Amino acid sequence: MKSLSDKAIERLRAGADEPDLAGTRYHLLERVARGGMGVVYSAEDEKLERRVALKVLDVPGTDNDLANRLMREARVLARLEHPGIVPVHDVGTLADGRVFYTMKFVEGQRLDNFIEAVESVQDRLRLFLRICEAVAFAHARGVLHRDLKPANIMVGPFGEVLVMDWGLAKILHAEAASADCASDPQATILEKPKRQDDASDSTKSSVITGHGTVMGTPGYMSPEQARGEIGALDTRSDIFSLGALLRFILTQKAPSGIAPRLDRSLEAICAKATAEQRDSRYATVQDLGQDVSRYLDGLAVGAHRESIFEKTARFYRRYRFFILLILAYLAMRVILLLVLKR
Amino acid sequence: MSEDKTIQGGDRFPLTRWSVIDAARSSDKAERIRAIDTLCAAYWKPVYKYVRLRWNRPADDAQDLTQGFFVQLIERSLLEKFDSAKSRLRTYLRLCVDSFVINEEKAAKRLKRGGSVSHVALDFAGAEEELGGAVMDPASIPSPESLEEFFEKEWVRGLFELAVEDLRKHCEANERERTFRLFEEYDLAGDETISYEKLAAEYGIPVTDVTNALSWARREFRRVALERLREICGSEEEFQREARSVFGWEAK
Repeated sequence: MKSLSDKAIERLRAGADEPDLAGTRYHLLERVARGGMGVVYSAEDEKLERRVALKVLDVPGTDNDLANRLMREARVLARLEHPGIVPVHDVGTLADGRVFYTMKFVEGQRLDNFIEAVESVQDRLRLFLRICEAVAFAHARGVLHRDLKPANIMVGPFGEVLVMDWGLAKILHAEAASADCASDPQATILEKPKRQDDASDSTKSSVITGHGTVMGTPGYMSPEQARGEIGALDTRSDIFSLGALLRFILTQKAPSGIAPRLDRSLEAICAKATAEQRDSRYATVQDLGQDVSRYLDGLAVGAHRESIFEKTARFYRRYRFFILLILAYLAMRVILLLVLKR
Repeated sequence: MSEDKTIQGGDRFPLTRWSVIDAARSSDKAERIRAIDTLCAAYWKPVYKYVRLRWNRPADDAQDLTQGFFVQLIERSLLEKFDSAKSRLRTYLRLCVDSFVINEEKAAKRLKRGGSVSHVALDFAGAEEELGGAVMDPASIPSPESLEEFFEKEWVRGLFELAVEDLRKHCEANERERTFRLFEEYDLAGDETISYEKLAAEYGIPVTDVTNALSWARREFRRVALERLREICGSEEEFQREARSVFGWEAK
């Protein structure tokens, strides 16, 4: 046969990329994004007449690392029913042998694009707190995200914040979490997160990811994750990523870039969350969230010991209205006294 | 035998055998020969072009060296030494080609070798035509990195050509010759002006039929190409890596 031209090879590649949705309830619409494992398409669920996102592997096969990871990601998502976590609808294998799952189609912006338009520090911190809520929920269900970064956070058209891409998630305490799922799902929302002492028991961790491969994003992954100490990872690894994420939200600079100076309290929060030693970080995501909330409320944060001047300045900022009111009142009294004395 | 069975390996390895590497290590001679046939079909052209370009050999010499290389692959049981955990099969074979050419040069005892190595027809004239019959200028020999890229590119081209041929046979066996012609005209001819509408008008069929036919052909092409690839990889991990590389699915 005639030799294939470079152009023909490119066309064959493009054509071979399309998943075979024959026999499924989905109709392919368009390609949305490509990730490390495969491609995300938008598709129409013909039965429910709604748009979904369909994530599919490139390569066929149900018994390999990538297929196992995708299936695990789908199961992790199914376990995490929370408004801040994208819900999974369906999982299976296509006629061409590729593993896929469908999830809610999120129309919105990635955090790194969205954050540019948010000018107020307070609004940025409130957005960060919503990310913390979703991650704290996942931790409560025994799941570490392990790849928290701006590209994996979506902000929807109504301001909803969704934590995406749980492909690197690690399941801690699998048995306990399954048992929780079987009971009242509402009750688990109120469940306290596992403390650091429990979480560090690596023998209870899922072994699926325990082959020591470094997975994550430089700058956002914790030092222990970067060293490939997968068995040693616990919720504090995600706290490190949240700290890096908070710094990005406040400065819009990537962790490797030179970031502008932050307010001392916020700087202290970021520094504590991203401490080199795990024991020096916040113990739980709630603790981190509480410190950020305290900052928003004008209270002292746990990460920073204030000087008397800082305390005074913060006191002034918090009660500025009343202080100014009292000062105005006192000034009026002084003026009145002076006038009456004449 | 149905076309489906042929495509799935009826004329190659039984499905229970995983790859050409397993087959080449088999104690069954017939299976070893089939392994070399499969490997030869996928690699002879990139090897030939690589020898022409990398070693600046005239066409006659390159033909002898290409055939000699596949003979040595069997005689010296080179495939048995391949470890898929350490490298990709194509990288290993390329290094084997380099070492083979160097040794042949040193010994200066290259022999004209016959075609007994494989049952695969080696169309050297066609390969030469693809190279443009160029006389290689030593000054224009590319860097090792670009030679590696060249070898990979030619290997992908060879793999896709085999898959297209498999698809053609599959279409004929299933009385879908028109589907293959549509596929040829739209995906293989490299004509930028072609469209589904033009093809529909040319064949006097609805555009939806063109869409469905092309969609089927692309799915089948993908399937047969991956089957071919699976055969010439040493392990599942290598297959996964190579598939991502061959189809351009590397993470962007």
